[in-house]
Amino acid sequence: MISTTSGGSPAPRKRRLPWADAAFSFAAHAAALITLSLLAAIIASLVVGAWPAIREYGLSFLWRSEWDPVEDKYGGLVMIYGTLATSFIALLIAVPVSFGIALFLTELSPAWLRRPLGVAIELLAAVPSIVYGMWGLLVFGPILATYVQQPLQSTFGDVPVIGALVAGPPVGIGILSAGIILAIMVIPFIAAVIRDVFETTPALLKESAYGLGSTTWEVVWKVVLPYTKSGVIGAIMLGLGRALGETMAVTFVIGNFNQLDSLSLFQAANSITSALANEFAEAAPGLHQASLIYLGLVLFFITFVVLALSKLLLSRLKRNEGSRT
Amino acid sequence: MYTKVELHSSEKVKLTVRDLNFYYGGFQALKHINLDIPERKVTAFIGPSGCGKSTLLRVFNRMFELYPEQRAEGQVSLDGEDILSKKLDVSLVRAKIGMVFQKPTPFPMSIYDNIAFGVRLFETLPRAQMDERVEWALKKAALWGEVKDKLTQNGSSLSGGQQQRLCIARGIAIKPEVLLLDEPCSALDPISTGKIEELIDELKHDYTVMIVTHNMQQAARCSDYTAYMYLGDLIEFGPTNDVFTKPKCKDTEDYITGRFG
Amino acid sequence: MSFTALSPAKLLLHRRRKVVNSIALTLSLGAMSFGLFWLAWILFETFRLGLGGMALAVFTEMTPPPQAESGGLANAIFGSALMVSLATALGTPIGIMAGIYLAEYGQRTWLGRITQFISDILLSAPSIVIGLFIYSVVVAQLRSFSAMAGILALALIVIPVVIRTTENMLTLIPNSLREAAYALGTPKWKVIYSVTLKAARAGVTTGVLLALARIAGETAPLLFTALSNQFWSSNLGEPMASLPVTIFKFAMSPYENWRDLAWAGVLIITLGVLALNILARVLFRNKN
Repeated sequence: MISTTSGGSPAPRKRRLPWADAAFSFAAHAAALITLSLLAAIIASLVVGAWPAIREYGLSFLWRSEWDPVEDKYGGLVMIYGTLATSFIALLIAVPVSFGIALFLTELSPAWLRRPLGVAIELLAAVPSIVYGMWGLLVFGPILATYVQQPLQSTFGDVPVIGALVAGPPVGIGILSAGIILAIMVIPFIAAVIRDVFETTPALLKESAYGLGSTTWEVVWKVVLPYTKSGVIGAIMLGLGRALGETMAVTFVIGNFNQLDSLSLFQAANSITSALANEFAEAAPGLHQASLIYLGLVLFFITFVVLALSKLLLSRLKRNEGSRT
Repeated sequence: MYTKVELHSSEKVKLTVRDLNFYYGGFQALKHINLDIPERKVTAFIGPSGCGKSTLLRVFNRMFELYPEQRAEGQVSLDGEDILSKKLDVSLVRAKIGMVFQKPTPFPMSIYDNIAFGVRLFETLPRAQMDERVEWALKKAALWGEVKDKLTQNGSSLSGGQQQRLCIARGIAIKPEVLLLDEPCSALDPISTGKIEELIDELKHDYTVMIVTHNMQQAARCSDYTAYMYLGDLIEFGPTNDVFTKPKCKDTEDYITGRFG
Repeated sequence: MSFTALSPAKLLLHRRRKVVNSIALTLSLGAMSFGLFWLAWILFETFRLGLGGMALAVFTEMTPPPQAESGGLANAIFGSALMVSLATALGTPIGIMAGIYLAEYGQRTWLGRITQFISDILLSAPSIVIGLFIYSVVVAQLRSFSAMAGILALALIVIPVVIRTTENMLTLIPNSLREAAYALGTPKWKVIYSVTLKAARAGVTTGVLLALARIAGETAPLLFTALSNQFWSSNLGEPMASLPVTIFKFAMSPYENWRDLAWAGVLIITLGVLALNILARVLFRNKN
């Protein structure tokens, strides 16, 4: 751009930086590649670290329950079971509650209450898990013991199948405790995502259902939910992924005891994350450490599959949304 | 604005509107509307954007109640009964007054289930009778021939014009008495629009039809009575022929001749 | 035909639908109250027990041995503050650049799709696994735990969070703004840097604050990277105390003074994280 001043030589051209575009683009692409390679690096380092244990046990690691650092014999069944059981209990409680909260936020809540409640739910999701863990151990656990575990034990203790589930010292720790704490942690997260998913339903679609004379519940259950169903499942799987990988909320209350003798929900048990949290720092390099890393690899694999599925489902919802104009 | 409502004495009145005012929060969108809607005729509502014609339509099936900041004051009666009364269950009102929207809105289910949806809300019919009802509704909406072999396919697999006829069939299946059409052709191509206009001509034999349109030619083609609205007021109402050939108000004439809007 | 003159069968169906509707909506209200109840209880207890253990000493004295008379969390607070800010400073540029890539360069490329996919996986991946990764790559190689390792682990958590928010915010900016800049002859990098990113800066800042709040409370990635330190340290090559790890150690112990300090620590973290979240929200809302 040349500007002329009156009676003088033209003003100098502003200097362009021809390499700036290329450099910027390079930086952006590099950042993307770093992200990609991170995943590869994580998987690689886990496999390498776990190799001694993989070589020793192969896949049988997944169903061996012996865990003995003294004898140097390891098997992951106890932890894997603990991880799966606590997450299952957590979802059992969290899914209906989250659905109810999302329903409330999108259809029932008066307009002025909607944002404060939404913010409250999001703040609950932001509270660090160590707070849940500590609260769970020192506040909730004793209450659970007195008001839930002990009564359950005295009522059902002798009943054949259920009795086994409620055996064990009712002191507020164990798989049930961990499952409940995990549920409370995961509820705001799933609720927020389901709410966002519900809000993608076009207003015109809901009005069509109301226009035929449907009640609010019928509109949600028969129109909104089918329209958003892959999104809702995606949200649930996202919550499952979080629950599986959660460390602190579980470690405080699960008991950190490597046993699988009793299936009781009240007995101290272990999960992959709590085993790692408790034992890894002191584990001597060798089979012990490798077995722990093997556990980490198993956890990463499970969460990867769950999260990948969730992502697929959530993006399918977004695509459908686009085609229905 | 108080307009003299003109209906031929031989026309039976289906709906009456008396002194209707409508507010979006503090903004008044409808001002003292007085109107008689004739039975089994097509009444068109025309006017520039923002004149309140869709707002008025959405009062008839109390759709505005979904939004807390919207409120209606006044009286709207169907066959003499006040339908705005809080004592009257809104879903019963909507069973009698059906609505089709600007964009086709098929529910995420099969064509059959789309039609059956409304019916299942109010009646428990055995399978054979439900099949009959679905077929009847689709025939009435001039869609049966095109979909009879694919009733189990998803509603959104149809073309835009077919989807809109599906929505009309869905609304008819519950046997309403009044049909509200809110710019039903605005998202459709000219051929589909033509088919729906033919359909409207058929429907008026059984239903009282009210249609909002910003296409004046459509109003002139399809309707028996026309209401012209401007900025929330009902300016003129009368037989379509009269309104379009010898309008009583200058405002109406200006709009119709394209001087503005 | 009057509205209320329905046949008995229809009336029954109608009434049943009303009842089902009321039950469902009541349950939904119950679920909302259920959720709020836990939030209120947890926050209440955190405040009650945390304030009980709070004193000026918490901020001025080091972590004590068990059953000591006095003591505080000064080194842990400092360690957390240092590691969290350095991790955010390290991870944010990478996250923003990758977010820019996703929104401005790679929208329809396979690299873009894969990067977005991977980033979302990393976003929700177990943070303890990130700790294991840094352990294998840094701690095991250097044969020592260090604050730097902790910073690296935390940075790896910051990156996907910032990528996600940056990409979302940038895609919200309408194309017409970009086109107006291009129409003036602006080169691509300047369009992104001076126009698009600037327009999205409130949202991007919010994302960074949220990432900061997230790692402020993370314990697992630090457990076998930065480990912990009883004493004051500002040496990045040595283990460093952090608030979450210290709380973990103290809370599970049988010692009274340790548990009180743990509650005080929990209160500090909770207040900090909530304050950051609220700040992020306020910032975002004001700019919009």
